[in-house]
Amino acid sequence: MAVQAAHELHDGDVVFVGIGLPNLACNLARATHAPKLVLIYESGAVGAVPDRLPVSIGDPALVTGSLAVASMADIFQCYLQGGRIQVGFLGGAQVDRYGNINSTVIGSYAHPKVRLPGSGGACEIAIHAERVVVVAPLSPRSFPAEVDFITSPGHNGKYGSRKQLGLPGGGPSRIVTDLGILAPGGSDGELELVAIYPNVEVEQVRQKVGWPLKVAARLETIQPPSERELYLLRNVLDVDHLYIGKRDA
Amino acid sequence: MRDAIARFVHDGDVVVIEGFTHLICFAAAHEIIRQRRSDLTLCRLTPDLIYDQLIAAGCAKKLIFSWAGNPGVGSLHALRRAVEKNHPKPLDLEEYSHFGLVARLSAGAAGLPFWPLRDYTGSDLPAVNPLIKSVTCPYTGALIATVPALKPDVTIVHGQRADANGDVQIWGLYGVQKEAAFAAKRVIVVVEEIVEEKIVRADPNRTLIPGFIVDAVVCEPWGAHPSYAQGYYDRDNDFYVEWEEISRDEQRLARWLDEFVYNISDRAAYMEKLGSERRQRLTAKTLMSEGVNYGF
Repeated sequence: MAVQAAHELHDGDVVFVGIGLPNLACNLARATHAPKLVLIYESGAVGAVPDRLPVSIGDPALVTGSLAVASMADIFQCYLQGGRIQVGFLGGAQVDRYGNINSTVIGSYAHPKVRLPGSGGACEIAIHAERVVVVAPLSPRSFPAEVDFITSPGHNGKYGSRKQLGLPGGGPSRIVTDLGILAPGGSDGELELVAIYPNVEVEQVRQKVGWPLKVAARLETIQPPSERELYLLRNVLDVDHLYIGKRDA
Repeated sequence: MRDAIARFVHDGDVVVIEGFTHLICFAAAHEIIRQRRSDLTLCRLTPDLIYDQLIAAGCAKKLIFSWAGNPGVGSLHALRRAVEKNHPKPLDLEEYSHFGLVARLSAGAAGLPFWPLRDYTGSDLPAVNPLIKSVTCPYTGALIATVPALKPDVTIVHGQRADANGDVQIWGLYGVQKEAAFAAKRVIVVVEEIVEEKIVRADPNRTLIPGFIVDAVVCEPWGAHPSYAQGYYDRDNDFYVEWEEISRDEQRLARWLDEFVYNISDRAAYMEKLGSERRQRLTAKTLMSEGVNYGF
């Protein structure tokens, strides 16, 4: 997943990075095909070049050698709301058929089955970033037809479509999972399967998604990671294997 | 610290202790716990371990927040027990996104009744927080989300250094500390070192909070542990991981509070207890920045 997420980034993109796999993906992209990637963290680090894998989103290694340190008011107002962010990375406990993301509660808000951390910067990233890459492993619980709570808006939902709502950003462009990649298709932005890992069947993906999943007319097969990508992940970027399991590598 | 908390933090206050991962003033929170403050409305973007500890100690009645987890680790278990089981006390929640809470403090600092932001459209957050409203823009006619000003009774900010008047210099991540301080009725600043005023005046661009809005200045080395102070000490990531185990078990958390908060007198004793090996391991390497020419 880290490698596929890295492939979603273009050289020169300004990326709003989260901790965990997104961070790993961004640093992998920076070490391979996108050396001019600008990493921005909501904590205020701009153009960060962390020389250790940051454990928290406010790690001191994000500051050392960065281009700038901004207040959070500036990060959200000038950088994000001002339209300067090309890519936002999001995860979440649930992603639904229109790319709405839930990181707030499982169950009802008043009496949740599971209380999750909440939005953080996710809601505004989903609204403003030119495109959003979502990284989440597939499971029926994580990919219901409709999320229990919309923390971060996708392409369509009970409040209307992005266009009707006038949301400035483009919304989720790619959902990178452990079995394949989903992307919005059709006019309503419903997620469909656009790429699949070698040796994975479409039916396997369908079983883990809570709506009748459409398959893109041209379904791509994802190439395995290169030797160099694997080397970087295992020996340079995540030496303690905090984020890469065997399957993710 | 004892005097500052006794004088400026009262039962029932709205309290902000800011610092986004960086410069979180645990020393102040521990003193609040020792002085057994109660019915506090605690406000922070990320409640972090600091508010988990205050909640576990029964100091809080309400939490205003935007991301409630143990960063890089998992859940805040004392917070979850309070919300899910009303234990040790029920806890009201008022929830925003980061931008929303930054905007509340910005309005408070700027003396405005609310702050407009392009946010929340298409999200369920306004449906569960009636304080998130909207206005029609008088220029474009567009609907824009608003959040009300937040004016804390007291804000506590940790910094690297200040002079005796409380002119605080902060470098590295500075989150929403400036807005939190300017929004507050009372301001306590806690620093790693007190320096002469001429040190501050030699590099005025680094001053985040001017002394004339500050009510108390406390010098408390290592006061932000287990968070960090850039150039002084690293984040104690191991402790954040340990907290997962400590806080999961209520009895164990109570013993931890006894051992590291109630039964010690102050921060110096806490650091003594933590041991020299850990202090050495966390002490920051030196990486000086080149000065600039302020001449004219």
